[in-house]
Amino acid sequence: MITTLAQAAADTGGPMTLGESIAFWILGPVALGGALGMVLARNAVHSALFLVMTMLSLGILYMVQQAPFLGFVQIIVYTGAVMMLFLFVLMLVGRDSSDSVVEVLRGQRLAGLVLGLGLAVLLVAAIARSLVDVTPAGLGAGGAGSSQNLHGIGRLIFTDYLLAFELTSALLITAALGAMVLAHAQSKSHDKPGQRRTVLDRLNGRHARISPLPGPGVFATANSVAVPALLPDGSIAPESLSDIIESTPVTETEQPPADPRSLTGGSSQDGDR
Amino acid sequence: MNTTQQLLADDPIWIILIKVVGLFALGVVLTLFMINWERKVVGRMQQRPGPNRVGPGGWLQSLADGLKLAFKEDIMPTLADKRVYFIAPVISTIPAFVAFSVIPFGGEVSMFGERTVLQLVDLPVGVLVVLACSSIGVYGIVLGGWASGSPYSLLGALRSAAQVISYEIALGLSIVAVILYTGSMSTSDIVAAQGTGWYVWLLIPSFVVFVISMVGETNRAPFDLPEAESELVGGFHTEYTSLKFALFFLAEYVNMVTVSAMATTLFLGGGQIPWLGHLWSGFDNGWFQFLAFIVKTLLFLFVFIWLRGTLPRFRYDQFMRLGWKCLVPISLLWILLIFAVRAWRNSQSGDITTLLVAGGIVLAVVLVVAFLVPDRRRTEPLPIELGSDYPVPPLDLTVPTPPRARTRRVAGSSGKEPAAVGSGDSGKESE
Repeated sequence: MITTLAQAAADTGGPMTLGESIAFWILGPVALGGALGMVLARNAVHSALFLVMTMLSLGILYMVQQAPFLGFVQIIVYTGAVMMLFLFVLMLVGRDSSDSVVEVLRGQRLAGLVLGLGLAVLLVAAIARSLVDVTPAGLGAGGAGSSQNLHGIGRLIFTDYLLAFELTSALLITAALGAMVLAHAQSKSHDKPGQRRTVLDRLNGRHARISPLPGPGVFATANSVAVPALLPDGSIAPESLSDIIESTPVTETEQPPADPRSLTGGSSQDGDR
Repeated sequence: MNTTQQLLADDPIWIILIKVVGLFALGVVLTLFMINWERKVVGRMQQRPGPNRVGPGGWLQSLADGLKLAFKEDIMPTLADKRVYFIAPVISTIPAFVAFSVIPFGGEVSMFGERTVLQLVDLPVGVLVVLACSSIGVYGIVLGGWASGSPYSLLGALRSAAQVISYEIALGLSIVAVILYTGSMSTSDIVAAQGTGWYVWLLIPSFVVFVISMVGETNRAPFDLPEAESELVGGFHTEYTSLKFALFFLAEYVNMVTVSAMATTLFLGGGQIPWLGHLWSGFDNGWFQFLAFIVKTLLFLFVFIWLRGTLPRFRYDQFMRLGWKCLVPISLLWILLIFAVRAWRNSQSGDITTLLVAGGIVLAVVLVVAFLVPDRRRTEPLPIELGSDYPVPPLDLTVPTPPRARTRRVAGSSGKEPAAVGSGDSGKESE
């Protein structure tokens, strides 16, 4: 079995070896199942996970097809970074939020349907043509065979496809910068006063009070947030009342019993004797 | 195809099986050893004995803990997403072990009469395998945190996601320099290329960036934000118990071993022993190389423990600033420099003397300019007027020396060493 799988290494453009077809018939259904699961899953995070499964299968398929660099980069970049960012956002959305059925953009579904059909037609046409017309040349033909795969990619990117490569990277960097500019334009975080500035402002009287607000319940009988703090004279400190939490009334502290020993069942006379 | 790849291609299936089992055993044994070692070293740093009850010298403590962990009740939180909760520890453990397979533990050996190499596979993109495995492994942490249905876990998972993405960039950039010098991504080629000199000397900035970002990548102190005990209870594994928790724990330690082994491979010449090879040719034996490799890896693992015993945890924004504004730009500049140097060396007039002289002149000019620039005048601090009658200490208050420091100074001047005061601190309980 292992030897069969290992013989997938064929640089020539011949027909599929047995190992290759075994790998394909295992990974193909997994990838397809992942794609279907992504569309059909109710939960957004499950959807993302199915997509991860598809991407992983594709990555392994690339490796089987003598493109180890492409396969691992697919795993590192798409599965590791891009999908992780997706998950990051999805997790922030909350786990119980499901898809809204309200159509936000008018005509969105119709446009989606038409465009999807168009894409499907294009894909089917391209694949059909590649099955009929194109004869596979194999990786060995381009001087970029399996062991020299990396060198081949490197040479091609930095010679023949240099302009396309640089343009793509410029586009990506511009997009990243644009995203940062847009995100930061709405936040005032850059002119937020620092720690030192805040202290000076407090001392200079630019804040309502010099110290932080008293914590609730600090001087009271309880340390719950719902119990207001008591000032030394026993009155309620109004600043410690929370706007959000409904405060519980403060019960009058009991006067300590005149004879503390009565609490333990004895009396003061016992001690005197 | 290099010799390692040829030897590996000839391996019969039983040798491959032996290697797989051996790698798995190595991962688990090193984990058990690391937990104990960590607790003992941290204990020593905090002036307490550490575990010393179970087994000789307490070295079986983690084995006992592991057995106990397996028999604990397996709790499924009510709010958990059942399937994801179940699969998350598995996702985090398997890649950790897979990454082990490309590590070149040693050179050529004879195993039951069969020539082979102490390495499971040697892919032409071996270094990328480790990166890919670490990026898959973090899915376990993120999904585990999300599926637990607890805010603490979710926060831990979010932190972990951002952390690993950020530090993987720095990690990848620090590897680029090594790949440039080797001209190959295969781990055995990288080790072979360091026969003349380790990359730790040649590529010091890359090494420093790699070591810092490998600590960030494995979620270890001082970068253990995803499981910050004082903020998030246990972080992503708050809700996990029993074997599932054990798997997370195993993955963390195996990841530590993997990145340490990777650092050894990339920068410390793998299993090569310098100088000793000249003394006795027997040191070139593959098994000796294996031993040397393990010793070097343990060196890095000790640094992990040392960091945990020494440094306080970073705040999240400090951590991100370090990654994005410090490590990534430094790596990029360093790679640019290497590109320039190598392009110069490969060009027609590539002459190392000219390059060094030019570099020296540039350095001298920079130094002279730096001396000529006057120091920035210190601006007077703003006069502070009190805006309220709130009682504050006088602003020109001088703090008197505490009496203990005074006595210590007296004792120091009289040449007598004061007895070390055991601070008997409440060091954080070993996890």
